[in-house]
Amino acid sequence: MKPFPAADLLVLGVFAVAVLLTVAGALIAVLSTRLIRSVCGLALTCFGLALLYYFLHSPFLALMEILIYVGAICVTIIFAVMLAEPDEAPAQESRGAAFLWGGLALVVSGAVFWALVQLGWGHAWAAPTSRANAGTVHDLGVALLTTYSLAFELISLVLLAAILGALVIAHHGRSKS
Amino acid sequence: MNVPEPYRLLLYLVGTLAFVGLNAAYLVWVERKGAARFQRRPGPTEVGPAGLLQPIADALKLLSKQVLVPPEADRLLFRLAPLLVLMPALMCLATIPFSAALGARDLNLGLVMVFAFGSINVLAIMLGGWASRNKYSIISAARIVSQNVAYEIPMLLVVITLLMVTGTMNLREIVEQQAGGFWHWHILRLTANPLMPVTFLIFFICLLAETNRAPFDMAEAESELVAGAFTEYAGMSFGVFFMAEYANVLVGCSLATVLFFGGWQSPVGVGSGLLWFLLKLYLLIFLVVWVRWTFPRTQFYRLLNLSWTLLIPVSLGILLLTAGLLKVF
Repeated sequence: MKPFPAADLLVLGVFAVAVLLTVAGALIAVLSTRLIRSVCGLALTCFGLALLYYFLHSPFLALMEILIYVGAICVTIIFAVMLAEPDEAPAQESRGAAFLWGGLALVVSGAVFWALVQLGWGHAWAAPTSRANAGTVHDLGVALLTTYSLAFELISLVLLAAILGALVIAHHGRSKS
Repeated sequence: MNVPEPYRLLLYLVGTLAFVGLNAAYLVWVERKGAARFQRRPGPTEVGPAGLLQPIADALKLLSKQVLVPPEADRLLFRLAPLLVLMPALMCLATIPFSAALGARDLNLGLVMVFAFGSINVLAIMLGGWASRNKYSIISAARIVSQNVAYEIPMLLVVITLLMVTGTMNLREIVEQQAGGFWHWHILRLTANPLMPVTFLIFFICLLAETNRAPFDMAEAESELVAGAFTEYAGMSFGVFFMAEYANVLVGCSLATVLFFGGWQSPVGVGSGLLWFLLKLYLLIFLVVWVRWTFPRTQFYRLLNLSWTLLIPVSLGILLLTAGLLKVF
């Protein structure tokens, strides 16, 4: 079978769309003044990331990104937004505090970025392994219960703590106000 | 077939859009006829024989209407929401194997894909309701989140139960496991789990809730919330929401057919094919319509209580039982 004409260009185009979605979504999430649009930007970023994962031959990760980040986390955030005032302008911060926190955030993110750049340039890149057909139930079960069992258990503990915290807050919330 | 991938993609897109559009148009007809018969009246009769051309007239009417955007609304999100509702359903259809040879994509992760994209539906309806800046829409948007979150849990638990029985997330392989007579279908695989019919019942109830069909259509609830999240939508943007609802019913019933009723497998073991799939699919869809016009809409709190106090414990119990049985035998 002869290859489809300009297949490389098509693939490049889809890749460009994925990158564009990720970056544009992140910009919307940060720059938008309306909270609900920020969440939509976040969802867009997650889509872009899912597409990029798909490009890296990890369909399972891509689907999980959509299922968890778009389907669960964004929905939860929007639900929280709904409980707040609709489209209310945020309270004015004093300029001094804004500069302080902004500067701090800049320093921290700059440091993280610098460290990542050092890591990326200082070390050899691992060749991406193709996992196009990985992700059968068997593989997942083995991975979760052997290689990643510690992380798996830790995550379940974190979730348990979160549930308990939510219960405590819900228990105290109504009676005091 | 040796068709290059981009052509396959195009073919899939055109085919699915045509199928979803026609399906929505004629399910509206089925719904109206069904409702009428349940209420002992004839239903649409004027346009075409037995009202069969009514959907086309409706579509023309919707298409010729102006798309109004209320001045207070968030214009961008308001216009985006109908598209976002329809797209996930189209993506889900990519993984459904309609017959042994007819399916857009044979993914090992088909089941995960359906649920990943199915979860976006709630986000889209919620955005539409929120962007409308209308109190009924916002109430409906808040309802739809709590409802979908509550019903996603038993749905996923039931699917995990089934996953333990099948051992694969590839929808085609799941169908192939059920070959050879109706007693091999998963709904009757009582050796793996004697409560399999109950599992299907939970799945079906969750399907009704997830697709916002009566008696669980709290998002629309026309007797209390005008039209819920769709109150401010006019013309074809309203029509697209309806198309999406029927597309979601289609995806849900296809999934039920694949998971519980053996997909394209014939009940007697010979002559399997696409026709069997469509027959089972539309019987299930008819069941959905039947339920809608038979049961009144529930109260919102009873709806949530049903999930948290009955469906989740029962589905968890079934999960444990199945795990135990699989371990012992």
